Amino acid sequence: MKYATTIIIGAGQSGLAMSRHLTAHSIDHVVLERGEVANSWRTERWDSLRLLTPNWQSRLPGYAYAGDDPDGFMTMPDVVHFLQEYADVSAAPIVTGTRVRRVRQDDGGYELSTSQGPWRCRKLVIASGACNLAMIPSLATGLPANVASLTPMQYRRPDLLPDGNVMIVGASASGMQLAREIQASGRHVVLSVGEHVRMPRTYRGQDIQWWMDAIGAMDVRYDAMEDIERARRLPSLQLIGTPERVTIDLNSLRKAGVELVGRVVGLRDGKAQFSGSLANLCALADLKMNRLLASIDDWVNANGFAERFPAPCRHAPTDVGPETKLGLDLTAAGIGTVIWATGYRPDYSWLDVPVFDRKGRIRHDGGVVAAQGMYVMGLPFMRRRKSSFIDGAGDDAADLAAHLNHSLARAAA
Amino acid sequence: MTTARSMSTETNVDNGVNVTALLGARDALEKAPEAAQFKWRAGCEWLGGTHSRSTIGSFFGLGAEQSRDKTFKVEADHPQVFAAEDNAPTPVELVLSGLASCLTAGVAAVAQRRGIQLHSVKASLEADMDIQGILGIDDEVRNGFGAIRVHFDIQADASEDDIKALVAQSQKRSAVFDIITNPTNVFVTVN
Repeated sequence: MKYATTIIIGAGQSGLAMSRHLTAHSIDHVVLERGEVANSWRTERWDSLRLLTPNWQSRLPGYAYAGDDPDGFMTMPDVVHFLQEYADVSAAPIVTGTRVRRVRQDDGGYELSTSQGPWRCRKLVIASGACNLAMIPSLATGLPANVASLTPMQYRRPDLLPDGNVMIVGASASGMQLAREIQASGRHVVLSVGEHVRMPRTYRGQDIQWWMDAIGAMDVRYDAMEDIERARRLPSLQLIGTPERVTIDLNSLRKAGVELVGRVVGLRDGKAQFSGSLANLCALADLKMNRLLASIDDWVNANGFAERFPAPCRHAPTDVGPETKLGLDLTAAGIGTVIWATGYRPDYSWLDVPVFDRKGRIRHDGGVVAAQGMYVMGLPFMRRRKSSFIDGAGDDAADLAAHLNHSLARAAA
Repeated sequence: MTTARSMSTETNVDNGVNVTALLGARDALEKAPEAAQFKWRAGCEWLGGTHSRSTIGSFFGLGAEQSRDKTFKVEADHPQVFAAEDNAPTPVELVLSGLASCLTAGVAAVAQRRGIQLHSVKASLEADMDIQGILGIDDEVRNGFGAIRVHFDIQADASEDDIKALVAQSQKRSAVFDIITNPTNVFVTVN
């Protein structure tokens, strides 16, 4: 049986950043990767997707974007290239094509069954991603058989969709981006909007991610939050990465012809039912956005930087129209496809260790899992607001590698 | 974006809501979700014509039957334009009252939690109804409200946006708002 002191599962940004830090600590380790480096970025994203963070913000331990377009947004091939190059310059000990099928606790460590045979380790780092599975609400079972059901992980581009109009459920980053490009392709899109986080792409001349970074919002720690569970459940920001740095919001989609409806609350007899709470969800999102913009203005003023940036501005409130539909006959509306952009979750079906809460989430304290020698990485707001961002992998890896190193040293003492 | 601002209840703010107890209950129920299963009840008796009286007393929650010191009586009737005696509000007006009371209670609780002193909270509600539905004149007209409009007039020690956020959060956490805006399965049996 093959052995490494530490096994990292997954060669994405988190696993590679952790590998870099373990190497710096001279800790013997391997990175097991089911496919190739950056596998999810390669195989589970739609064609037009770009990162939601600007190029300059792709910073990893000992490595950063060095191209000539710092304010641009990487395409998926760009991301794959970026991470592959990082793996190469780090000389990360990656074993590709090795899918972990089962992990069990064994003799103070872990035993892994993989597609390439068994492995053993003392320390295990789960860096297999936060978005392995698309979540589909249970009411989806009421969808008529003649309507195709897709998730954003299966979607590639508009012309591959079955004929007909499209209902997209969910108005976070994925749903908003898909609504924009499918409507632009000439099909009518109905967008079902639940709780969402409205965010302008740029504010006072800078990218919103630049502001979040500058005011320290991305570095806020999990143990400084009064309600961390709520922060971790927050939907992704309504953002899109485009060369033109466009802002995507419900107003712009509606203007482009997308029909806005409330959250889907029922599907029966070929009809979808929508909640009447849409106006309030939009009001909540507008207020929340304005609080963030106000905190940016406060930071600018407190630091005496008001002269450096254009004046503050506020966006028009979300206008969903005088009356949104409460029901839709899918056949009569010519809906050929429903896309469930209702969030993602990690896949831990292979993890046979009792570390889960009643909702199937890994119990952890800032990435230190509730099982001896186990760590997790890359989950939303895991240690910091930026934990699930490429830019957040480095600081989390540094902290967890130090913890791991300390516990190895203590065991050896 | 949620910021890490302190949400602790400020001691000099008193809206008469025991937020500490509510937060304690929330913590306890997160650990014992089965105790969060409640059953609400009402009985109703026909008095004559369209006049009826509901009796509201016990409920189930926190894993046990909960009894009250008293029972409440709520009457309903219909106005004279419906050829009724107008002994009490119509049931649909009671629905509006339920929505208003739920949202108002929510405003008070959220304000207490956010350290905002309220001075007055007044709500006015109006709902549209095309009674061709209930009269069976036109099957395409629904029986219930076409739309409900709620207006809050709130005096409080807070900015306009903070007051708007109170009302928005109250809707987000309101049971009656949810009951009205989303479908619910209703099972009716006889004898």
